Amino acid sequence: MLRFVVRRLLLLVPILLGVSILVFAWVHALPGSPVQSLLGERATPELVKQYNQKYGLNRSIPVQYWAYVKTTASGEFGTSIASHRQVMSELRERFPATIELAVAAMIVALAVGIPLGVIAAKHYGGPLDHASLVVSLLGISTPIFFLALVLKYIFAVKLGWLPSVGRIDVTIVTKHPTNFYVLDALIQGQWSVLWDVLRHLVLPALALGSVPLAVIARITRAAVVDVQNEDYVRTARAKGLAPRIVDRRHILRNAMLPISTVIGLQTGLLLSGAILTETVFEYPGMGSWLRDAIFNRDYPVLQGGILFLAVVFVLVNLIVDISYAIFNPRIRYS
Amino acid sequence: MNQKVKLLALFAALALTLVVVSSSSAAHRGAGAAKATGMVYAGSSDPTYLDPAFVSDGESFRVTTQIFEGLVALKPGTTNVIPALATSWKNSGGGKVWTFALRKGVKFHDGTPFNSAAVCYNFNRWFNFSGALQDPGATFYYQSIFGGYKHNESSSLAAPLYKSCRAKGANTAIITLNSPNGPFLPSLALQAFAMQSPTALKKYDADSATISNGAFRPTGSYAFQHPTGTGPFKFAGWTIKEKVVLQRNDQYWGPKAKLAQVIIRPIADNSARVQALQTGEINAMDLLQPQDVPTVQNNSKLKVVNRPSFNVAYVGFNLSKPPTDNLQVRKAIAYGLDRQSVVNAFYAGRAQLAIEFQPPQLFGWTPKVERYTYNPDKAKQILTAAGFKLPVTLDFWYPTGVSRPYMPDPQRNFEAFSASLEKSGFNVVAHSAPWRPDYVAKVNSGDAGNLNLIGWSGDYGDPDNFLGVFFKGDSPQFGMNNAPLTALLTKAVQEPNLKKRVALYQQANIMIMKDILPGVPYAHSVPALAMQRNVTGYVASPIGTDWFRPVSFGGQ
Repeated sequence: MLRFVVRRLLLLVPILLGVSILVFAWVHALPGSPVQSLLGERATPELVKQYNQKYGLNRSIPVQYWAYVKTTASGEFGTSIASHRQVMSELRERFPATIELAVAAMIVALAVGIPLGVIAAKHYGGPLDHASLVVSLLGISTPIFFLALVLKYIFAVKLGWLPSVGRIDVTIVTKHPTNFYVLDALIQGQWSVLWDVLRHLVLPALALGSVPLAVIARITRAAVVDVQNEDYVRTARAKGLAPRIVDRRHILRNAMLPISTVIGLQTGLLLSGAILTETVFEYPGMGSWLRDAIFNRDYPVLQGGILFLAVVFVLVNLIVDISYAIFNPRIRYS
Repeated sequence: MNQKVKLLALFAALALTLVVVSSSSAAHRGAGAAKATGMVYAGSSDPTYLDPAFVSDGESFRVTTQIFEGLVALKPGTTNVIPALATSWKNSGGGKVWTFALRKGVKFHDGTPFNSAAVCYNFNRWFNFSGALQDPGATFYYQSIFGGYKHNESSSLAAPLYKSCRAKGANTAIITLNSPNGPFLPSLALQAFAMQSPTALKKYDADSATISNGAFRPTGSYAFQHPTGTGPFKFAGWTIKEKVVLQRNDQYWGPKAKLAQVIIRPIADNSARVQALQTGEINAMDLLQPQDVPTVQNNSKLKVVNRPSFNVAYVGFNLSKPPTDNLQVRKAIAYGLDRQSVVNAFYAGRAQLAIEFQPPQLFGWTPKVERYTYNPDKAKQILTAAGFKLPVTLDFWYPTGVSRPYMPDPQRNFEAFSASLEKSGFNVVAHSAPWRPDYVAKVNSGDAGNLNLIGWSGDYGDPDNFLGVFFKGDSPQFGMNNAPLTALLTKAVQEPNLKKRVALYQQANIMIMKDILPGVPYAHSVPALAMQRNVTGYVASPIGTDWFRPVSFGGQ
């Protein structure tokens, strides 16, 4: 197991190298330059030349790539062209926000998706099964940004039940030692702050969680339907085990294997889906950060941010692989 | 396995409770001991820094305007210069020497007295900037107004305008320039030249900065955590992407601010900002888009506030390309553009017809310029008289993917103009490019055909910021280098007497619109802000530096 983990971690090196080349090539293939974006109407040819020189954008692409690899290897992502702040310190603020949102969305997806899938499987072919199919199809086919806008319009603008933007009520005075606002509020025992932060999470989490919710519901249904027809389930039932115990120990546990794969993949997708959700709710996470960087042609932020997300994606998948072993002791890694 | 199911059940319960409970009552919003009251104002992004000397964007100026004051200020809602930290001033020495009588008894927020030594400290600080601080990204406005530094480190920098500062007693500062300069005084109202506490600048290392990966960045803590001025509000904290908090300066020398606290938060998305105003999460906002004006007007709790127009949209000509190298063709185009209809149709009643290249609120504007009222027959006559065979072909460029304050819908403006030109003896060949970055680059380098749609928003209250930017010296954009006009505009810049300057700019405007006609201005638009009805005393500044001092809301 340890060897497997080490090998997978070592594999990160070529993956990152590949991703870095792709990201670098892609970012530089974007039409336009950051200098034009920065200067707008004030971009006289002389000023553009001067800025290009200052930002090193007049060097050849391989030279720029090498400079980028060198700074990145030293643990630095450079300085944002738009905000003039270090990419690393912006990342430290943005990443916890997105993780918090992704976790909240996943909680929504699991809490609703798994029971929905199980119920559908239990009533295979019945009206409840069809109803769950409709719900999941809606979840998969509704674009996240549209759902986000609808949720926001109904629950924030029209009903006024929930806030429409941000992570926290700005009139609240508090500290953010970890930048995980939920955790910060818990650590500091500020229950009113916790309450406010959770309220800000509800709508974005519902919007972002809609797709994984639907996928998880469908996969759970299929897995449970498969497993409940297995011989060992029939045997368990035949020997008189209580149905609830059969469900938990024999059906759900075995059905969890495909479900956990989907959870892992969906967690990665949540990070990309966050771009739309964060834009609609002005949620200051990785998504809105990268969106701004694309508009501003902010190369250091794009390169650093995407590379970082690639690492996270790979690590999440590693965790999923490890979790297989936990759910299914027969799987052995060597 | 049991444990996992329990865990899942717990998650489910938690999520459900969250959804149910959080929707139960709005009365709980923000409940808790750690709350502070005050106006919440939304712009579109965070400030870049809070050291105004390094700032050139409106979002930063919005914050620094409350913390810092300059020697002079602009009368609210206008671009007229009024006293601020200087109570009066005198110009002598052929326009090169400016003597400022300073306001007495003023202190910076850290207790440092404001006096002539502090004024000279600030001027000498800018003049002595070196290394990273000479980067155009660091000191854009200093370079625009003062040219270069004591020791220029780049050949592209101009000779410095500033020569010296002398403190005469505690309350008189004498600034000497190397040449007379008209925009000098109005430019001192720019936040870039606001007075900052010498003690705090030194203590918090304001002048250390780096160019990292080519980007300028202050490395001291002053610009992020310790901006110290004399203004009606004191800096109280900045959480990036969340808020800047300002608190009332109870030691302020003038009428104290009505609000105890102001929170300025960034909301980038235009419609998200309006929705946050509707939900009451913010009390006021800037940058209301024309399409959202009716939403605000139809809401009984909200109101629209107009920002006086300080911009111009125009159809620019390229004088180096035939047929627009011919003045008669340019005049025919001017008569062939139905500008009034465009202003009426596409600005939602939020613009006035422009007749020259600067807004009417600014001195130097004159009604005596040649006007070109839409007249297709006259356009054709001029073309025929000049020996042209109709139709005359024109390459006309417009930008896509953009809405500018002065030009909310470029494509529809273009379509209307094309149609009116086609009726006036022209054959229009349409070209377009995305605004960012291709279009602006093409226009600036003179590669955007015979005609193009473009505009400008002013930075400070001087005609040089319009006419000088467009027409002084060599202009690839207009394909011209008009020596008499450049001489006139240079003379206007160097003239110390305001009355004479007004006359010179009026003369320039008449010359531009009659003898040169490098383009046809068509709109000065009125940008909008939105706020809750109970926000009172808010006066919007044409250049966006609105004062929060006289503002109150909801009885505060």
